Amino acid sequence: MTSVVDSLLNLFSFTGLDNSILLILVLHIPALSIFLVMVVNATVAVYVERKVAAFMQDRLGPMEVGLFGFKGGKKFWGGIGQTIADAIKLLTKEDIVPDSADKKLMLLAPFIIFIGAFLTFIAVPFSQNLVVSDFNIGVFYIMAMSSVGVIGIIIAGWSSNNKWSLYGSMRAAAQIVSYEIPIGLSLLLAVLVVGSLNLGDIVQWQAENRWFIFHSPFTFIAFFIFFISVVAETNRTPFDIPEAESELVAGWMTEYSGFKWAIFFLSEYANMMIVSIVASVVFLGGWLSPFAIINVGIPNSWMIFDGPLIGIIWLMSKALFLIFVMMWFRWTFPRLRVDQLMYLCWKVFIPFCLANLFFVSIWELIGGLFFK
Amino acid sequence: MSIPIPELSVVLFFGICGLIIASALLVVTSPNLVHSAVSLLFTFFGVAAVYIFLYADFIAATQVIIYVGGILVLIIFGVMLTNKIENARIDSKTNNQIPGIVFTLSMLAMQFYIILNTNWKIAESEPRDTTVKEIGNLLLGKYLLPFEVISILLLASLIGAAMLSRRKTER
Repeated sequence: MTSVVDSLLNLFSFTGLDNSILLILVLHIPALSIFLVMVVNATVAVYVERKVAAFMQDRLGPMEVGLFGFKGGKKFWGGIGQTIADAIKLLTKEDIVPDSADKKLMLLAPFIIFIGAFLTFIAVPFSQNLVVSDFNIGVFYIMAMSSVGVIGIIIAGWSSNNKWSLYGSMRAAAQIVSYEIPIGLSLLLAVLVVGSLNLGDIVQWQAENRWFIFHSPFTFIAFFIFFISVVAETNRTPFDIPEAESELVAGWMTEYSGFKWAIFFLSEYANMMIVSIVASVVFLGGWLSPFAIINVGIPNSWMIFDGPLIGIIWLMSKALFLIFVMMWFRWTFPRLRVDQLMYLCWKVFIPFCLANLFFVSIWELIGGLFFK
Repeated sequence: MSIPIPELSVVLFFGICGLIIASALLVVTSPNLVHSAVSLLFTFFGVAAVYIFLYADFIAATQVIIYVGGILVLIIFGVMLTNKIENARIDSKTNNQIPGIVFTLSMLAMQFYIILNTNWKIAESEPRDTTVKEIGNLLLGKYLLPFEVISILLLASLIGAAMLSRRKTER
């Protein structure tokens, strides 16, 4: 795999600029693209989420705001401009900082959370050769960077000087730190089988063998443990006790408004996207075509629609489906209590993950003896 | 135009060194415990960046995942659970200034002496393909015993923590 930065450096090498300066200039392109992806993702996802919620509760959702005079139809497209209007409203809102808050830290917290999400995107591949920087330790890097956001959440809760915020951030931190363990252990299965931390290698292995979710019964379980854990890690319902509206107002975001709150929102939806892409890459074959499973007879045929460009579409449709499933969860399951949440993580997921790890090792060992 | 353009890596390296030193100073001098802990975040990140300069990508990510995601969260958690955090001003006055200055200066001189007189091994400048395989082989080969001892230590602390947090009234 080559990375986007390398390709861009090659592309612009005709300018004859010094390599250091060229690198600084060129780095703006992927950085801005990532930001654009985050913004577009958040805008679209918020709208879709409201429409999905409305559909599940048998109402219409946002219906009033059109886009450039386009009012849309009766159901999905009516109110298409709603999120853009909301975004403009958020950005022009007054930024309220409580008198007794720790002002410096309160300003810092949204940016730490944002940086955590942004840095994670660097290693997230969108297709073959379409990754900002191709790390050898991709999976591990993503794990590391997504743990940075916790600090931001804790700081946000503490600096607001508000009981609800503090409770929310404590709950969030406890939850995220706990659920990192099952996430890491289920990703470890893929690393164990493939023998590489590089996300490109993991997809290549799946191209040569089979999608990782169908590799063995244990990896099948691991996918579901992973997915439920990332729903908890992104603080979404049914694991949204850190911002439980009925108890904590808005949890650690209670005192935030306007632009800073918009950054929280942006990062939250960016995190949803990241974990969905990681789940698709590691377990669901990444940018590989799903037709390759059905089409056993003729591999490498054009019929299976494989390739670097169409790979983006496959990966994004898998990821967007997973995001849709997260929204589906939200209106299906009631919120868990704190103790149930911890029970699920420490007494159900982690023992299952450890057993999984053990059995997958045996499976690989025996499979290696008999089937190769 | 004869302004020498410094290598990007050199600029970055000294920038990161500056970040580490400045944030480490803030950790020590800040009167607010939480501010110290947050400054520590930048120190940890700077150290991770220095690891990347040494082509130790795995160690850098480990640094972030353990120190930022684990230890720093633990520290801030501990600080937040402490009663009356607002009133708990850290006493950052300096006592015994003159002996302190003499001692630290002599330590600094000693360090400089050692740095200048050591025959440093200069590592190969080519980036390695991946350090993960070598680290794994070393951990499960040459350093297997320390690795296992550490895992037993961690298990013991895990069981100890579970024991301590158990309800006393339980049968």
